[in-house]
Amino acid sequence: MADPIHQFEITKIATLGHIGGHEIAFTNSALFMAITVVGIWALLIGGSTRRAMVPGRLQSIAELSYEFVADTLNSTAGKEGMKFFPLVFTLFMFILTANIIGLIPYTFTVTSHIIITACMALMVFFTVLFYGFYKNGLKFFNLFVPHGIPIFVLPLIVIIEVLSFLSRPLSHSVRLFANILAGHITLKVFASFITLLGGLGIFGIFGAALPLGLVVALTALELLVAFLQAYVFTILTCIYLNDAIHPGH
Amino acid sequence: MATGAHTEHTGGKPLFPPFNKETFASQLVWFAIFFVALYVIISKLAIPRLGGIIEARRGQVEGDLAEANRLKEQSDAALAAYEKSLADARTRAQTLANETRDTLNAQADEARKKLEGQLNAKLAEAEKTIATTKTSAMSNVQGIAVDTASAIVQRLLGTAPASSAVEAAVADALKR
Repeated sequence: MADPIHQFEITKIATLGHIGGHEIAFTNSALFMAITVVGIWALLIGGSTRRAMVPGRLQSIAELSYEFVADTLNSTAGKEGMKFFPLVFTLFMFILTANIIGLIPYTFTVTSHIIITACMALMVFFTVLFYGFYKNGLKFFNLFVPHGIPIFVLPLIVIIEVLSFLSRPLSHSVRLFANILAGHITLKVFASFITLLGGLGIFGIFGAALPLGLVVALTALELLVAFLQAYVFTILTCIYLNDAIHPGH
Repeated sequence: MATGAHTEHTGGKPLFPPFNKETFASQLVWFAIFFVALYVIISKLAIPRLGGIIEARRGQVEGDLAEANRLKEQSDAALAAYEKSLADARTRAQTLANETRDTLNAQADEARKKLEGQLNAKLAEAEKTIATTKTSAMSNVQGIAVDTASAIVQRLLGTAPASSAVEAAVADALKR
């Protein structure tokens, strides 16, 4: 049986040097990040070169993603949130494209590594933290003090609010990472059942039809998950940014 | 299982790749590079362009709608003007017809009155002539009667009566 973990392996393509004792190499992960960026560039820039009044397919997709993210951000964080549109749009496009490219067999899924999702989640976390204090000053602490709470439970609520705020980057990053990881492992496990059963002779070949059907269905599900997790990451980013802009509950 | 350089930890025990800290530095560096590159592409190129296209389309659609509304109002106004001028023309035609009829009636009345006057004058003249003729005829009749009476009396009596007496007698008889 093929190792379902093998697909997450990071393989070196070329070692470039060392920073503080850490090896810096161009890896398959870096290659697929590059492919992701080039893919997004081709879609958003290449698709809209004609600036057509009546858009073609690529331009439609580009405009659709633009308006989708803009509407999500605008409805969650309001007009003031639109200054974070480049960041939110970049995050959404990066995660979505990386997720979808990862579904193609023999590719590498950039978002299946916790270090990448954690990096993005921390980026959002610190953006919220810095912008929150920059814009609201000490009023940003209002975020932890909900209105209409009886004074004797307030300390408890504040502690819970602070803890939930601090745990945001964790849940934010692990949600994406775990979904992609689990989906890819499931796909691989069911796919390996096909070859396993197929090797058992004539009955095995019929038996292999079941996992084959499942893999097809799971691929469709994973396509949904790829989009959904990108959307979830994006809308959580919008909600967190809204907290930075309007800290009063 | 392929044994990539990062898989084998120093102890030789294979690590779960996402938790292999040896790959973190490389991933972070490349992620930073590509994410910043993508951020620049999106914020400097994609957003202005796509936003411009969408804005231009919205402007175009709104402009077209406004133009369509303007044209519609124009055609409505033209229709109203057309209907108004049609109604005006009808009213004028009506007035003109009325006026013409009145003028013609007046003219006909005048001509009729003039003709009637002329006829009346002629009638009166004729009556006058008749009356004159009648009077002269009557006086002729009296003369003839007087002459005839004188002749009759002369035949009967052999002498001519006094003309005044005959005249008186004739006048007396004519009166009866």
